[in-house]
Amino acid sequence: MPFIVAFLFAYIVWLLLTAGSNGLLWSTEELVAGLIFAAIIGYATKDIVGENSTRFLNPVKWLGFIAYAPVLFWGMVKANFDVAYRVITGKIRPGIVRVPVDLENDAQYTILSNSITLTPGTLTVEADPEEKALYVHWINVPKGLERPESSEPVTGPFEKWARRLGR
Amino acid sequence: MNYVETLIYIFLGISVAFNLLGSFALLRFPDVYTRLHGATKCTTFGTIFAVFAVVTHALYQLHRTGDSKYLQMALHSFIALIALLLTNPTGAHAIAKAAHLSGVKPVRAVVDAYEEKLGGGSE
Amino acid sequence: MMAFFYAMVLVGIAGLISVLRLILGPTVPDRVVGVDTLNTLVVAGMVLLGAAYDRTIYIDIAIVYALLSYIGTLVIAKYLQGGLA
Repeated sequence: MPFIVAFLFAYIVWLLLTAGSNGLLWSTEELVAGLIFAAIIGYATKDIVGENSTRFLNPVKWLGFIAYAPVLFWGMVKANFDVAYRVITGKIRPGIVRVPVDLENDAQYTILSNSITLTPGTLTVEADPEEKALYVHWINVPKGLERPESSEPVTGPFEKWARRLGR
Repeated sequence: MNYVETLIYIFLGISVAFNLLGSFALLRFPDVYTRLHGATKCTTFGTIFAVFAVVTHALYQLHRTGDSKYLQMALHSFIALIALLLTNPTGAHAIAKAAHLSGVKPVRAVVDAYEEKLGGGSE
Repeated sequence: MMAFFYAMVLVGIAGLISVLRLILGPTVPDRVVGVDTLNTLVVAGMVLLGAAYDRTIYIDIAIVYALLSYIGTLVIAKYLQGGLA
């Protein structure tokens, strides 16, 4: 099963990279060569990818990622104007805070920490699944929030999305 | 000058503005972590808009000439964007953690919970 | 379109500013941040230059550069933590 996931992923990337080799479609040589190389890659990485990877074959998950893209993009727009404001005025109050989060597996931690690195004012320094906490560098710690009890002021809507997408 | 070209100019303007802002953030902020904020966010955002401009240009040329070269250009720049979006925040996280573990402390920090955790763990 | 070329020149200037941080940076992580920023800007510049000269091969190089520079950043970060003995 992990072989099939890795094979499909490699073959889709190959198809994207070689589109347009025959008109706007694919030439036969590219399709056959893609099958061979995707099989090699699938065989070589099947132990690294692991059994868990089959959940990424679920089409509902892909729709979820597509629905997540505008949310993330809007977060990035806000983040960039925030950083622009701080570059120009120099008003910062930095600190590394510990944020308790309620997540279960590694994929959710990866999605959440990457998302909050790209969104307003926060940068993940360390994710600790054992304590269920993230250590986040916050560029402008609001007064009274040096030790946040809940994750809401830091992660915003992204924790809910991460929990849903990484399941 | 038509609508598509205007759109391309707007995308290029946003891209250049935020890329320059990201590199100015490197000079302006006082320590590693705040510099990482500016650098990672602004340059990722600027690169997204650079890729949008190129994709718009390529799709417009594909529509006009029908040359498959432009389809390849659009798809490949989109793949470059996805590679960058996946790798950039992870790289920033790796640098931040390495900086903290190699002993660089955040300047003017009001709180440093990670330092407290590391100090409590080793003793 | 020449606009892509001029945009690339401006992105190149941004790259030169991050090289300034690479030269000045008081600590080693500062320099690594400079290199990381420069990598992202080089990818943006290559994509723009590929559109300016109508050469798709530049964009292929940008994909490979993005992935390899990420590995480079990870190796430096690991080394700074004392990982690569």
